[in-house]
Amino acid sequence: MTIDAPQIAAKRKAGQFVVIMTEEKGERIPLTIVDSDKDAGTVTIIFQVVGKTTMCLAAMKEGEDLFAVLGPLGTPTEMEKFGTTVVVGGGVGIGVAYPIIKALQEAGNKVIAIIGARSKNILILENEIQAICDRLIVATDDGSYGVHGFVTNVLQDLIESGEVINRVFAIGPVPMMKFLCEVTRPYKIKTIVSLNPIMVDATGMCGACRVAVGGKTKFACVDGPEFDGHDVDFDLLTNRLRMYNGEEEEARKGCRCHE
Amino acid sequence: MSKKEKIPRQMMPEQDPKVRSTNFDEVPLGYTEEQAVIEAGRCLQCKNPLCIKGCPVDVNIPEFIKLITERDFIGAARKIKDTNSLPAICGRVCPQESQCESQCILGKKGEPVAVGRLERFVADYERNAGAVQIPEIPASSGKRVAVVGSGPAGLTVAGDLVKCGHKVTIFEGLHKAGGVLIYGIPEFRLPKDIVDAEISYLEKMGVEVVTNAVIGRGKTVDDLLDEGFDAVFLGVGAGAPVFMDIPGENLSGIYSANEYLTRSNLMKAYRFPEYDTPIARGKNVAVLGAGNVTMDSARTALRLGAENVTVVYRRTEVEMPARAEEAHHAKEEGVQFKLLTNPVEYIGDENGWVKQMKCIRMELGEPDDSGRRRPVPIEGSEFVMDVDMVVVAIGTNANPVIPVTTPGLETNRRGYIVVTDEETGKTSREGVYAGGDIVTGSATVIMAMGAAKKAARAIDAYLK
Repeated sequence: MTIDAPQIAAKRKAGQFVVIMTEEKGERIPLTIVDSDKDAGTVTIIFQVVGKTTMCLAAMKEGEDLFAVLGPLGTPTEMEKFGTTVVVGGGVGIGVAYPIIKALQEAGNKVIAIIGARSKNILILENEIQAICDRLIVATDDGSYGVHGFVTNVLQDLIESGEVINRVFAIGPVPMMKFLCEVTRPYKIKTIVSLNPIMVDATGMCGACRVAVGGKTKFACVDGPEFDGHDVDFDLLTNRLRMYNGEEEEARKGCRCHE
Repeated sequence: MSKKEKIPRQMMPEQDPKVRSTNFDEVPLGYTEEQAVIEAGRCLQCKNPLCIKGCPVDVNIPEFIKLITERDFIGAARKIKDTNSLPAICGRVCPQESQCESQCILGKKGEPVAVGRLERFVADYERNAGAVQIPEIPASSGKRVAVVGSGPAGLTVAGDLVKCGHKVTIFEGLHKAGGVLIYGIPEFRLPKDIVDAEISYLEKMGVEVVTNAVIGRGKTVDDLLDEGFDAVFLGVGAGAPVFMDIPGENLSGIYSANEYLTRSNLMKAYRFPEYDTPIARGKNVAVLGAGNVTMDSARTALRLGAENVTVVYRRTEVEMPARAEEAHHAKEEGVQFKLLTNPVEYIGDENGWVKQMKCIRMELGEPDDSGRRRPVPIEGSEFVMDVDMVVVAIGTNANPVIPVTTPGLETNRRGYIVVTDEETGKTSREGVYAGGDIVTGSATVIMAMGAAKKAARAIDAYLK
């Protein structure tokens, strides 16, 4: 989805996100900025329909107004010339991976992209990423396209093949990021993950998004959303993401967007 | 003894505690006209009124009270508005007992005049009568002022400067203006339509309000100055929550007061599922701290259906920073207090949800820097409380976004903005002023407004 937001487009950097509300009674949800066009004054977001807000977002028609768009938020991706980098994107996380790949490329890095999805028909941004990275490896869980298997296996094989990797970026579902960090840990390859906890204000005011990194509490909205994955307590993140499962189900049932 | 003292201080009717603890409607119901006139009649109209000295924004208290005795309620409201642009709010949330009313001569032998209740009465009367008048705005000075933050300080600066003929734009990070008046103070203590009315009053005077604009993240303070704003006022509050940093604090069901109240007040989670934002409805709730925010959180939890709400505080009732009235209201509604008690650890269930809070009993030792006796743990006194929700309401810190993104803006070691002169709110940056909690640390609405009035005067002088 492309949003008309010139001030955000002018300022945003890789790794940052926006908060949107579809309506006044709606929830504030964070969505990563995938791309932007300074001249057109637009930012692009990619989202997966999981709850009421994303259902309403998906039902919006071109030209309609969002109730609120706030951004850019979060600390941008730490960007420099690392050498050889691997960016792993899983599912809708591929959308978050895209701007990081682009920025790494612009910073003069060699970028190997590994993108994965459950199945070929839900794989996103393949062509766009192909166009900006040095090498692309696609994996699907069901083997319908590319390598049959998980992105973790692909990364493991890549490391074992002798490729010298200076930095890994891993963005996707929490279990995927957790296991990718376990793949890179024995090789001491610094692995940056992008976390997606529940947020409310997303400006450092409420602490809803607190995560434990290296035993310390951090706020993903201002200290992150990117952290050193080897220090992140993923189990805590998983628990906190489940906090409102019951209410989310109730809200989804009450959604009238598609009627 | 003068005759006037014989008339007792008029009580303000309130919702019954049993009823109100199940709804979010305002607790005090306000004076009737008759009560207001009787109460106003108690005022001695001192020649040298001490009450004014107790007011951070110098409201001419005897004058407005005199107008009430003459039944000129609208005139009384306008008299207050000469120096205080937010009387309906201040009449509700000011700690009058430690300000104007603490100075009242009647209070020396009996009970002081109920200045706050009278202020509230006339402000409500004026608003409900549709008599709020937009003051005449002088010709444009051609100067532009950016106000960052739309809480009590920002609204006050904006109101004062627009009345001087300057063009004022308020930038608010959230999607709704009002700052702590909107996200922090609950509906049952400060109805949101009152805050909305105050903001629309500013807009009618010509103040522009831009929401969804986090200065420092999108535009910076320097961007604002580069864009042609002649001065910037920073009234961003002390927005970062403080946690205790004890084991288990990140378990599900443990909130900062900021999050809990923001969900309930700003996002209207108390009306879920009509509003989308959810909020945990704990049965056994502990609220840590003893300030007004603690009481607001505890009373919100009761209204959201908790069976037991316990305020857990490490000192005693004497040291509680909350207004006596707030603690009293909370007790009436059934909030319990566990004093001289401090949490040391949380224990979670198999889903990572808090189920117990381990505490230690405290005793008071020698006085500390604040002059209050320091609470000291009693060795071996640990015990466990069953809880399924906790609200940590032990204070806030400065949010670093503005200081970090504004080069040359001096802050102290705790991250608060340093003002070179309290009478002006001038910061280390030319043309940049600050006031409210981001300078003083957590304080009250009226203290922020007092600082804002001084800053507005200084900004007006700077622009001339």
